[in-house]
Amino acid sequence: MSRTHVICNINGDDVEFLCDDGESLLDALRDDVGLMGVKEGCGTGDCGACSVLMDGKLNCSCLILAPEANGTDLLTVEGMADGDHLHPLQQCFLEGAALQCGICTPGFLIAAKALLDQNPEPTETEVRYALAGNLCRCTGYDKIVRSVLEAAVQIRETV
Amino acid sequence: MTATEERPDYKYVGTRPIRHDGLDKVIGKARYAADLVLPGMLHGHILRSPHAHAKIVSIDTSAAEAMPGVKSVVTGADFPDLGAAPNGDLAKNVIARDKVLYEGHAVAAVAAGTRREAMDAANAIVVNYEVLGHSLTIDQTMSPDAEILHDGLITRGIEPAPTEASNIVARTCFERGDIDQAFAESDVIVEREFSTTPIHQGYIEPHACVADTGQDGKTVVWCSSQGHFRVRSATADVLGWDTSRVKVIPAEIGGGFGGKTTIYLEPLAVEMSARSGRPVKIVMTRDEVFRATGPTPGSKLKLKVGAKNDGTITGVKAWMAYENGAFPGNAAMLGCMTVVSPYTMEHMYLEGFDVVLNKPVNAAYRAPSAPMAAFAMDTLLDEVAENIGMDPIEIRLHNCPSEGDPAPYGPKWPTIGLKECLEAIRDSDHYKSPVPENAGRGIASGFWFNIGEASSATVNLNENGTATVVTGSPDIGGSRASMALMAAEELGLDVYSITPVVGDTEVVGFTDVTEGSRATFATGMAVVEACRDLKMQLRQRASTAWDCDVEEVEWVDGHAVHSPGDHEALSLAAITAAAKRTGGPLGATASLNARGAGPAFSTHVVDIAVDKETGQTQVLRYTTAQDAGTAIHPSYVEGQMQGGVVQGIGWALNEEYIHDADGRMENSSFLDYRIPVASDLPMIETIIVEVPNPSHPYGVRGVGEVGIVPPLAAIANAVHDATGLRMSDLPMSPPRILAALGEAVE
Repeated sequence: MSRTHVICNINGDDVEFLCDDGESLLDALRDDVGLMGVKEGCGTGDCGACSVLMDGKLNCSCLILAPEANGTDLLTVEGMADGDHLHPLQQCFLEGAALQCGICTPGFLIAAKALLDQNPEPTETEVRYALAGNLCRCTGYDKIVRSVLEAAVQIRETV
Repeated sequence: MTATEERPDYKYVGTRPIRHDGLDKVIGKARYAADLVLPGMLHGHILRSPHAHAKIVSIDTSAAEAMPGVKSVVTGADFPDLGAAPNGDLAKNVIARDKVLYEGHAVAAVAAGTRREAMDAANAIVVNYEVLGHSLTIDQTMSPDAEILHDGLITRGIEPAPTEASNIVARTCFERGDIDQAFAESDVIVEREFSTTPIHQGYIEPHACVADTGQDGKTVVWCSSQGHFRVRSATADVLGWDTSRVKVIPAEIGGGFGGKTTIYLEPLAVEMSARSGRPVKIVMTRDEVFRATGPTPGSKLKLKVGAKNDGTITGVKAWMAYENGAFPGNAAMLGCMTVVSPYTMEHMYLEGFDVVLNKPVNAAYRAPSAPMAAFAMDTLLDEVAENIGMDPIEIRLHNCPSEGDPAPYGPKWPTIGLKECLEAIRDSDHYKSPVPENAGRGIASGFWFNIGEASSATVNLNENGTATVVTGSPDIGGSRASMALMAAEELGLDVYSITPVVGDTEVVGFTDVTEGSRATFATGMAVVEACRDLKMQLRQRASTAWDCDVEEVEWVDGHAVHSPGDHEALSLAAITAAAKRTGGPLGATASLNARGAGPAFSTHVVDIAVDKETGQTQVLRYTTAQDAGTAIHPSYVEGQMQGGVVQGIGWALNEEYIHDADGRMENSSFLDYRIPVASDLPMIETIIVEVPNPSHPYGVRGVGEVGIVPPLAAIANAVHDATGLRMSDLPMSPPRILAALGEAVE
């Protein structure tokens, strides 16, 4: 079976991989590129654990076919930190105890980044609606929402 | 917010450091079971029953075996029949033998080069079924003409024993006093029938494992579980192997809530790895998780509560039937043991019935069986309070048990903090604030036993003065940090000088599964015991150096101090640096069976708005007060409380299993099985009550489970306050509320 050649930029690096035409971007990222921070919770776009930014826009990578990634810029949780310097969202999640088991955390961080990139000063309600596509079964969302609001403050203060 | 009794001045316990495993989890480096890739690894897929109940007449795997990439195919015939031996039912649940007992029951498994090849081959397996009648409800399965699931199942707990098999596993009865007398003496009697559906634990990480079986007949299993020692013994049993042939390495666990205290995949992966000579990975889909892994059971409960006009509960009579799923369990017994525990009473008659039916076998879910029981009890108590015109907190305080009172299930209550939880809610800003317009307010309490069980810990001091703490409890939500905090407090080392590690089954002593809110309590106790052993060793090294009696050496804030003051204090780092010359490296191990797990209580208050046009509910405000004994890491205590509350909110308002007439689940996705999302909720306000558990060196009592117990009744009581409706069937979904509002109008 012939495979499709995909060239894209992932977390700042030019990446090439071969994929099946019916393969999801999630499977390609995990199995072909080795980015295991992208998690699969459902495979049907209902949990958000596989969230990535594609050309800056929030997507469930399980709902995108891998060949569609050709020529795009992708950001996964592995690309959020600047070297050893964590993104404020990552730091606030740690300090705010916004994760328990941690399986949903990569998706929440990406979804929260998508929000703050668009809306640097969200209200609590805006945070809650922006994260409504990401499921967390451990925390009840309280500490996640607080951590995103705190990160927004920190980002505004440093700009 | 914390309501704290006087307690010692700890340096580390009660602080909120960043958890040690946190960094890997925010940069995508934490490795869960599905993330492991081994050279030459195959992918497994499982063929599952499309029928709720059927005999397996024949299985033909020849076509599948001939397909591209297929390296191994196994069926139930490839595993030993354990019969009535321990884990016999578990083995039949891992892979069906003669019968399938629910839709989704595993029938065969395939390992192939790719997942796609494995799925295609599984679909090429031909199974001939003889479809049988099935039962999906408690009423159906208890009826005399129900199709029998297990031929030899004779109901326990009935005298004389029945002579014919039924689907009723056992009758349990807890009796005190004279229930008829109780009702004769009552000024008010309320009774209702309640029902709840199965609820899935809903962990976001599907079950996954990798097995690599070597030529030497030993296997290594990487998996996500709440207890790798149980995975080891259960996997070995199902395979008919000696336990020592199985090594289990715990991966990070992506949520469990009780649902990962058992096994589903591991023996299949091990056997296929043995046959193919290659590592085998199996990862469930979400659909498989819903159809084939354990929910908490549905229930049907009839309760009758009597009380006097001053609020004194005279007695409770309960008939409680709990689903067990396809294989026998003890859910109803736990329901009976928890239903009236937050209250004192002279008379009770609690009768429980465990039944099997054609649904996935139960797995534990956070305080298993208690939430449904509390739903019934605390709804009726609310009705009593309403009838006699008493405040819902006051009636609970009036009937509140205290130390030395007999617990309904047998023992006397040790030190407990229910009264303090009730008072904390009564005195909270939330309870003192007026109920918002067009909303209602509800109160409920909950109880969970908590348990101790076996735990092991090894603490090694490194030559640079740091410490490594190895335990056998998987870190399901911050336990590494708790272990490090207790070790830091004991040794007087900075918490970040401690490296907490979850060890595999061959590097740390036996440790029971993480259940019963036991990890911080029991495994923490082992850590403290090992650290105390080490402190004695450290003092001995100092006494040798100083040529003095060890009794003259104290351990103070990470230093050996000579009490008479003749020598300068020696730091832990100075002692470990010299350790090779003074008697060798310093390390200690403790293995124990922890006793005295302090019971957990919690009281909740919630404000709910109900849209009478649509039946939609909105949680406006929620406050929980819970006795944690001592909060080792308060952020993660709050997290357990908040997580339990929100799971309870989902259970109360939205979550349910929907089956079609053939017994097939119709909502096996997160789209249709709707767990709460961020926009459904307000902040969850927490009040940590600290009534220390005298049986633990730091006063810890488990905090993981009790938070899910009160929300069902608290929300039902709030819906009543808002609408006048008594909702006795869960979930209180918009269609149900709308229908009830319509009936109320008529």
